[in-house]
Amino acid sequence: MPDSRISRVFARRADEGRGVLVPYVTAGFPDPDATVPILRAIADAGADVIELGVPFSDPLADGPTIQASSFRALENGTTVKKVFEALRAFRETHDTAVVLFTYLNPVLRYGDPAFCSDAVDAGADGLLLTDLPAGSDPELEARISSSGLDLIRLLAPTTEVERVAAVSGQAAGFLYYISRTGVTGARAELPEDLVERVREIRTAVGLPVAVGFGISTPEQASAVREVAEGVVVGSALIKAIDAGGAEAAGRFVVGLRAALD
Amino acid sequence: MTTTLDAPGRFGRFGGRYVPETLISALDELEGAWTAATADPGFREQLDGLLRDYVGRATPLYRAHRFEAEIGAGPVYFKREDLNHTGAHKINNAIGQALLAQRMGKPRIIAETGAGQHGVATATACALLGLDCVVYMGAEDVERQALNVYRMRLLGAEVRPVHSGTSTLKDATNEAIRDWVTNVRDTHYIIGSVVGPDPFPRMVRDFHAVIGSETRAQILEREGRLPAAVVACVGGGSNAMGMFHAFVGDEDVELIGVEAAGEGLDSDRHSATLTAGRPGVLHGAMSYLLQDGDGQVAPAHSVSAGLDYPGVGPEHSFLKDSGRATYVSVTDDEALDAFHLVSRLEGIIPALETAHAIAHMRTMGPTHEGRGPIVLCLSGRGDKDVTHVARVTGRELGET
Repeated sequence: MPDSRISRVFARRADEGRGVLVPYVTAGFPDPDATVPILRAIADAGADVIELGVPFSDPLADGPTIQASSFRALENGTTVKKVFEALRAFRETHDTAVVLFTYLNPVLRYGDPAFCSDAVDAGADGLLLTDLPAGSDPELEARISSSGLDLIRLLAPTTEVERVAAVSGQAAGFLYYISRTGVTGARAELPEDLVERVREIRTAVGLPVAVGFGISTPEQASAVREVAEGVVVGSALIKAIDAGGAEAAGRFVVGLRAALD
Repeated sequence: MTTTLDAPGRFGRFGGRYVPETLISALDELEGAWTAATADPGFREQLDGLLRDYVGRATPLYRAHRFEAEIGAGPVYFKREDLNHTGAHKINNAIGQALLAQRMGKPRIIAETGAGQHGVATATACALLGLDCVVYMGAEDVERQALNVYRMRLLGAEVRPVHSGTSTLKDATNEAIRDWVTNVRDTHYIIGSVVGPDPFPRMVRDFHAVIGSETRAQILEREGRLPAAVVACVGGGSNAMGMFHAFVGDEDVELIGVEAAGEGLDSDRHSATLTAGRPGVLHGAMSYLLQDGDGQVAPAHSVSAGLDYPGVGPEHSFLKDSGRATYVSVTDDEALDAFHLVSRLEGIIPALETAHAIAHMRTMGPTHEGRGPIVLCLSGRGDKDVTHVARVTGRELGET
């Protein structure tokens, strides 16, 4: 496995027998000044890899909670450059791995080579593009993969077994398994086929797997930890931030951390 | 095909499949079903039978003498897609895709709609074939197209107003895609234009290609030659692509697409994607896109709900960059003038979308004098628009 901040934290947690906690926050939500304190709070609370959402006007893979946070961030004047600035400020104090989570168009408009090099420069470790599935744009994918960012790949419940191997062959860092067909958002129950599907994928890939979409409580995180190395929590954290800012975010992440240790 | 990762479905650099991973298998399945259906004479026969007996094809090619005299060029022909069942070209695609969904064993249909014409066409096809139907429509469009909302509900469809973002067609499309991602196993998404991920742009084009192929045969019979120009309005661009496809190989036939300039190209309130946008990715395809300097999709505006879309079909982007087709734009006011003009000159109330193409024919008239026949794709009827037109022109229905 190539050496990156992301692969190192997965390796370290594996040695310790602990789960990898991957919280998601939308940059610029609820306001631009809140981002750095929130990043610091969740890092201090035990986040291993932070997914930092770069807001997009048409977040078609996201449910209502993350949509609303994205619209609010854009209304507040959040831009790609401001996200990079916040990340740079976070890097002055923290070493926690960061994956930028966004859609393709803001990256293309910025210019993908410039986006990747500025992202690396600001301290990003990975890039996850919800609308760039593996194989959809080989030249672009190759440029991102060689930029110094881990290109994080997604697998879905509908991904055919043959495709799982092909996708994971191009992935770096970890594989993000989407727990259910659908958009992001907290759900009461985990899908019934989750354990079986993740086990199937675990045997086919050489990378650690993190599971996301619909995981909102420490109990769910703990259940997912039984089959996968990592757990992604997004919408539930956004709700905590909405209710109580950085402090509430920290408290919420402490609870998740305990469930994975 | 699933073991290697091929880059599918491109028109030059445009098109592709920029979608969430969850949809990849559904697009593979759809592509397979579409390929099998096109090779199956039974499918073509079933579709052609419905187009003839249910939709009312072939539609007439009508020579518009009074309009012709007004613009000083011609002869001018109107391809009467407004005479199709449900009042627009949209039914060609809706019936085709609904049949395909039936073949795939998907009992549930979703669609997005702007003006409501595609929603009505989809609701109609679903009623005909006994499929469940949910139509997503921007909340703003639900208000300005109340008649079509009522029609869809009469036809048994559920209309879900979409309040997110700008509450128009692009947001309805986002919501339809979210539904599809969630219910992909039993649901087919009938996209209403030549947009979206492959294979939609080429499949929707092929379902509408009957417009151009009929026109070609009809004009040859009437004039003994191909048209000098064909003109069509472009929002996503489905009626235009359906018309252009039969003529793309005929270099002497000028292909003209007319976009909505709204309140003017300088106003930031327009939908002229090909004229004023730049390439980007929205709704699964690389194509021209109205966007700001940070890559956020810019809100579109047009007096016509069906053109009020910041994207455009990828094949149009390709035809623009290759120079094969020309794209121009027409303001709200010019379109409204044309709407009134053709109503009075020809006794045909056109859709506001179509009125944009008509307005451009008035502009091009003088330069086309003596050059030969011009064909307008009269994509839809304007009954749906009369309340809105009355409102924006400061009148009330019932006023004398």
